[in-house]
Amino acid sequence: MEVGQMQRQWLDYTRSLFIEGFLDGQFLQLEQLQDDNNPDFVVEVVSLFFQDSHKLLNDLTIALDQKSVDFKKIDAHVHQLKGSSSSIGAQRVKNCCIAFRNFCEEQNTDACLKCLHQVKQECCLVKNKLETLFRLEQQIMAAGGSIPMMELSF
Amino acid sequence: MAPNENSATELTALVVDDDRQLRMIHQRMLNKVGVKNQAVENGKEAVQIHCSGQGFDLILMDKEMPLMNGIEATKELRSMGICSTIVGVSSHTKEKQIQEFMEAGLDDYLVKPLNLAKLRSILDKIM
Repeated sequence: MEVGQMQRQWLDYTRSLFIEGFLDGQFLQLEQLQDDNNPDFVVEVVSLFFQDSHKLLNDLTIALDQKSVDFKKIDAHVHQLKGSSSSIGAQRVKNCCIAFRNFCEEQNTDACLKCLHQVKQECCLVKNKLETLFRLEQQIMAAGGSIPMMELSF
Repeated sequence: MAPNENSATELTALVVDDDRQLRMIHQRMLNKVGVKNQAVENGKEAVQIHCSGQGFDLILMDKEMPLMNGIEATKELRSMGICSTIVGVSSHTKEKQIQEFMEAGLDDYLVKPLNLAKLRSILDKIM
């Protein structure tokens, strides 16, 4: 595949991630922070997010499995996940966390378990989507091309 | 006008946040706008770094942190006579929570996620 085609594929794929709500404008902020001196910034930050969110989700699973559920502790974990997901623009994960926190406030264990399942799913989905995106970027760079500028005009 | 990476400034900043991903993003943003910066992981370290004699023009203070949270750290820094611009950075949006943080001695409060526009608006006020 020639570079122009790869770049169009990257643009179409990136647009789809925004249209489907996986990403929001904050992701573009991260891209603005990437430059020749920090060429892997976005990949590094996203990797940190998935490492830390994996631990948070494990902690949440354990916390919700207790006989006496500590909703304050769960809320604190979800609050942290909400903050970190919003900072990388992972919109659907963030929105799941908002709903999750509401159920923590109601101390509704069943609803919290459903939310946990949803958050895990959304983290998995956005991880796969971003891995695909980064793979496309690597292919473009390997072919001697550059990553197009992305604007939110749709 | 806020500085950019190509024209480093005299301004210095301290990022106080227990989340390593957020420390990375906020430090990179500060680098991008030409502000020299350091980062610590909680309020206790923020106080300690000031006790060691260091000072900063701007402190970006997270609210929820282990050992010493943002409210406690802000109160402590102000009681030490620290006059830096302290900006609370948190994802809390409830008025009562924001007010409690402001009353600890903040100069301003920004809702996460931070972006370059929000950061530049703060720097414009300092410069």
